[in-house]
Amino acid sequence: MAEPVTVPGVALPVGPIGRRGVGWWGVGTLVASEAALFAYLLFSYFYYGATAGPNWVLEPHPDLHVALPNTILLLASSGVAWWGERGVLRQRRAQALWGFGIAFLMGCLFALVQLHEWHTKPFSLGTSSFSSLYFLTTGLHEAHVFVGVLILAAIFVWTAHDYFSPRRRLSVSAGVLYWHFVDIVWLFVFTTYYITPYLGFGH
Amino acid sequence: MNTATPLGYLDSAGTRADAILPLTWYMLIVSILVCVIIGWILVRALRRSRANGGDEETRAVAVEEGPSGTHWIRNGLLISSVPLLVALVWTMVTLAAVSGPPARPALTLDVVGHQWWWEVTYDGTPAAHTFTTANEIHIPVGQRVLVRLHGADVIHSFWVPKLSGKTDTIPGQTNLSWLEARVPGVYTGPCSEYCGEQHAHMMVQVVAQSSAQFDQWFAQQLQPATAPTDSASERGAALFEYRCGACHQIRGTQAGAHAGPDLSHIAGRRTLAAGLLPNTPGTLAAWIENAHGLKPGNQMPNQNLTGGELMDVIAYLELQR
Amino acid sequence: MKSADLRIPVVGADSIAHQSRLLELWEGKPGLAGFFGSVDHKHIGVRYIVTAFVFLVLGGLEALAMRLQLAGPDRALLTPAQYDQLFSTHGMTMIFLYASPVLSGFSNYLWPLLLGSRDMAFPRLNAFGYWVYLASGIFLYVGFLTGNGPNDGWFNYVPYASAAYNPGLNEDFYSLGMVFLGISTSVGAANFIVTAFRTRAPGMSLDRLPILVWGTLTASVANLIVVPAVSLAFLMLWMDRQFGTQFFNTVGGGQPLLWQHLFWIFGHPWVYAIVLPAMGMVSDGLPVFCRRPLVGYSLVAVSTVATMILGFGVWVHHMFATGLPGIGMSFFSAASIAITLPSAVAVFAWLATIRLGKPVITTAFLFFASMILLFVIGGVSGFMTASVPVDWQLTDTYFVVAHLHYVLIGINVFPVVGAIYFWFPKMRGRLLDEKLGRWNFWTMFIGFNLCFLPMHLTGLLGMPRRVYTYAPEMGWTTLNLITSIGAFVFAIGVLLLFVNIARSWSKGKIASANPWDAPTLEWSVSSPPPPYNFALIPKVASRHPLWEGRLPAPERSSLDRGLLLDSGKETIGSTALDAHADMILEMPEDSLAPLFLSLGLAGAFAGLILKLWVVTAIFGVVLAMALLWWLWPRRALREREPAHG
Repeated sequence: MAEPVTVPGVALPVGPIGRRGVGWWGVGTLVASEAALFAYLLFSYFYYGATAGPNWVLEPHPDLHVALPNTILLLASSGVAWWGERGVLRQRRAQALWGFGIAFLMGCLFALVQLHEWHTKPFSLGTSSFSSLYFLTTGLHEAHVFVGVLILAAIFVWTAHDYFSPRRRLSVSAGVLYWHFVDIVWLFVFTTYYITPYLGFGH
Repeated sequence: MNTATPLGYLDSAGTRADAILPLTWYMLIVSILVCVIIGWILVRALRRSRANGGDEETRAVAVEEGPSGTHWIRNGLLISSVPLLVALVWTMVTLAAVSGPPARPALTLDVVGHQWWWEVTYDGTPAAHTFTTANEIHIPVGQRVLVRLHGADVIHSFWVPKLSGKTDTIPGQTNLSWLEARVPGVYTGPCSEYCGEQHAHMMVQVVAQSSAQFDQWFAQQLQPATAPTDSASERGAALFEYRCGACHQIRGTQAGAHAGPDLSHIAGRRTLAAGLLPNTPGTLAAWIENAHGLKPGNQMPNQNLTGGELMDVIAYLELQR
Repeated sequence: MKSADLRIPVVGADSIAHQSRLLELWEGKPGLAGFFGSVDHKHIGVRYIVTAFVFLVLGGLEALAMRLQLAGPDRALLTPAQYDQLFSTHGMTMIFLYASPVLSGFSNYLWPLLLGSRDMAFPRLNAFGYWVYLASGIFLYVGFLTGNGPNDGWFNYVPYASAAYNPGLNEDFYSLGMVFLGISTSVGAANFIVTAFRTRAPGMSLDRLPILVWGTLTASVANLIVVPAVSLAFLMLWMDRQFGTQFFNTVGGGQPLLWQHLFWIFGHPWVYAIVLPAMGMVSDGLPVFCRRPLVGYSLVAVSTVATMILGFGVWVHHMFATGLPGIGMSFFSAASIAITLPSAVAVFAWLATIRLGKPVITTAFLFFASMILLFVIGGVSGFMTASVPVDWQLTDTYFVVAHLHYVLIGINVFPVVGAIYFWFPKMRGRLLDEKLGRWNFWTMFIGFNLCFLPMHLTGLLGMPRRVYTYAPEMGWTTLNLITSIGAFVFAIGVLLLFVNIARSWSKGKIASANPWDAPTLEWSVSSPPPPYNFALIPKVASRHPLWEGRLPAPERSSLDRGLLLDSGKETIGSTALDAHADMILEMPEDSLAPLFLSLGLAGAFAGLILKLWVVTAIFGVVLAMALLWWLWPRRALREREPAHG
């Protein structure tokens, strides 16, 4: 396939347009690395469960009354953030502000409920390798939620300042991508700690 | 490769190490051949060099596309695959032969790795035939001995090069190894997983002997402590119980602790301090007085006995054959 | 639609006016602020290399102290505790603070020049990565110099590393320092990945990338995925030590072997990460002196990636003696033997390149060519340890010590020194002395083999690694003496390199833009390159832009006409696979933010080691705010757009 030797004279975006920018790739690599971190945390869970003796899981039937609604809350917040991003794309600033604002509040609520969830646990950090790993995994996730809500807050403020347009919006797309990541990872953590024990893992 | 290198494993003396040896030689020879051949190709190629200088001489030699040369890679891979495949199959066959622990071992030992010594328990079939010793394992020649490995503190690795490859002793799990000596002799095994300051001085001695000799040793180990025979050893016995009994055991006496090595029949052992010193009354005295000077970092405190006290303790311990 | 955020880049020829305009845009500020704020990849690259060499010297001195101790039996030059910290710190230094950063340094310096770009994708992140590397290196060495260096080997097995057996600060320094350093490695890896995929000159498609780019790209993808494993392991260890968690404590249901899994899931790919870029240097450098293209370019590129993919599946071969089930071990054994094949591709490609080329012997060439032999020796000993039963005898003896030094020195240090001879003229504008270079090479080569070849035999004679002394009756005395002598000869060889650099720094022969008549883009710009690298972003039409016309090629690259891009600090962004011009990237100005951010991180880690949680918390908040400020969208961007109705 012969290529022309000179560069064709098409107009190129200057700086990031839409998702087309190195920053988008940067957040992609960050997400990949963070996903790996959680993969190792879950690997550790299954490794302990497979090699430890019976009753390694301290809660064979974890209480879902709070955890399940809280999970749904977090996943729903992803949808709300996405709706906010659509607002930026369609130049509906009010929709964008509502979207990021509500997603922020939902994220904060999730984090608070998670703190409450920790207090109700019948074990503490140093009880056993199970409890240590539970608190480390959910704790690292909680830290990611903190970062995520900070980002949502920043996007909210920047949107309020009218920094974005449908074309200049890399920060919005990158921030919302990060928030999706935080939520999807929780689905894996939740499944591991709250669902697999019901399936008989680690008893 | 002979007795001059007590840990060399290219002259194996046990079934398990024997089984690995041909594969080791095969891989070693293939490896050396590969290095020689590659070195030879390299040197020959270099002899065709155009210039022996710097930037100007590089520039002076014209660039050419030359032949594609990918057949070198293709042929190279094809040729290398053969010894690799042989190695792979041989590895699997050898692994199957040596990994499985013996179904009906003649003897079962529990070996516990401690910082920095080996605790050895013989599991006699009647419970009365169970006893514990340290840093020295006696086995009958030609019989398979199952070794169950446990970790007391940190990870160590049990290895008797001339008899068997390494298996780690890991806290919280029991690993299996086995020994079978082909020839009588004394085989040394160093700890081979780094375990702290005195990793260098954590040797186990495996004494492979005829069945008759082994039975005699075994019977001797089952004997209780030898009672003091004179006033010196009597004083020594009392001192031992008082000063050493908090950590050590001599079966059949008041000294019954397990923090340090079991010292029943200590005088019959070949070495002290996990292979650090030959076992003589003199080295024993030196060890008791200056364990930290001889093996820095180890957990036995210097005893600061008076000269007389030391003589008494030695007199008592030397009775424990 | 024509608007301020879309522009047709101007294609033109070079001119003095254009160059001075670019210089104005790209030249850093003078003075301290300019020095500490520089985000120029060339400065950062050289800083990485120099810092890595400082650590190489420190690690080398530690090695010499150990070789004095081991020169004869029962020597008491060092106490066991000192020896343990020395060998652990030596390993940590060489593997984490030298081997990987030095390659990051070369790649940082060279990548934009090889790819036809004006900088890395994230220049400030690049500076940040360097400062974090420096800070974490200092952090770890503060531990060592206060008697709190690591003392459990570089792979730091638990439970010996846990508080019960290791109560000092040693392991706290090591754990926190490694988490700290991991940040640098991760951001560096991310930067390389994005740079490789997004900032290549038009036409620099994947099949035209220099192998060094393939090597570093592969290593970076691996690092991005595996560094979290070791950071997590060290975090768990630190929590066990600090907060009584039970990750590795068997009493609380912990698993010492989990450490080994997490460590080696990281550790083995890491080994490839610190050799693949160096193999890339050889693949790119050797053909220059053989006066022909590399044999089997595509196969070598593919095998680079294949090595790493297989490399993810061989970590258990470090754990053959841990009592794992036989089936699992057979799989890992087979994978470890199979990984020989992709490595062999490179060896045969290099041999064929020399054999079918017209080799010109230079010092750089000698280092590259000798590496082939050292690579093979390190490779075959690795092949031996891949066989489970054989490994049961070989592992944790000096055989493995010999193996890993052939790998790390043979496949990292030799190519790196070759790379210095090769690229120093580009970096400094002066050639290193060839005559001294010969002395340099032969002293290093002979010293190295004198030191490490006998070590294989020492291992076969059963000497375990990590022993601080040995008894005379073990039969290892002569071999150890030879090794110690070899170590000092090798050290003299390395010293000769420094002498050569010092002498040539200002007195060396002036280098032209392309002193070796090499084919790749970095040689198309002056030596040393201008701050903006390329006055014109070239259009690349082959793997060997500077050899076109001499090699059969359907098209010619365009080097004297290209994108001017002088409306601001700009370079070209391109599509990931084919490298079509895709967008104009606006590059950041110099900034002190990376330095301050890494100082903030250092403060947070200092708080952790001193157990002053408040300090850490304060630094944490400051860091979060600084990051927000860093990422604050530039309003200017928005304002350039025409108002929407």
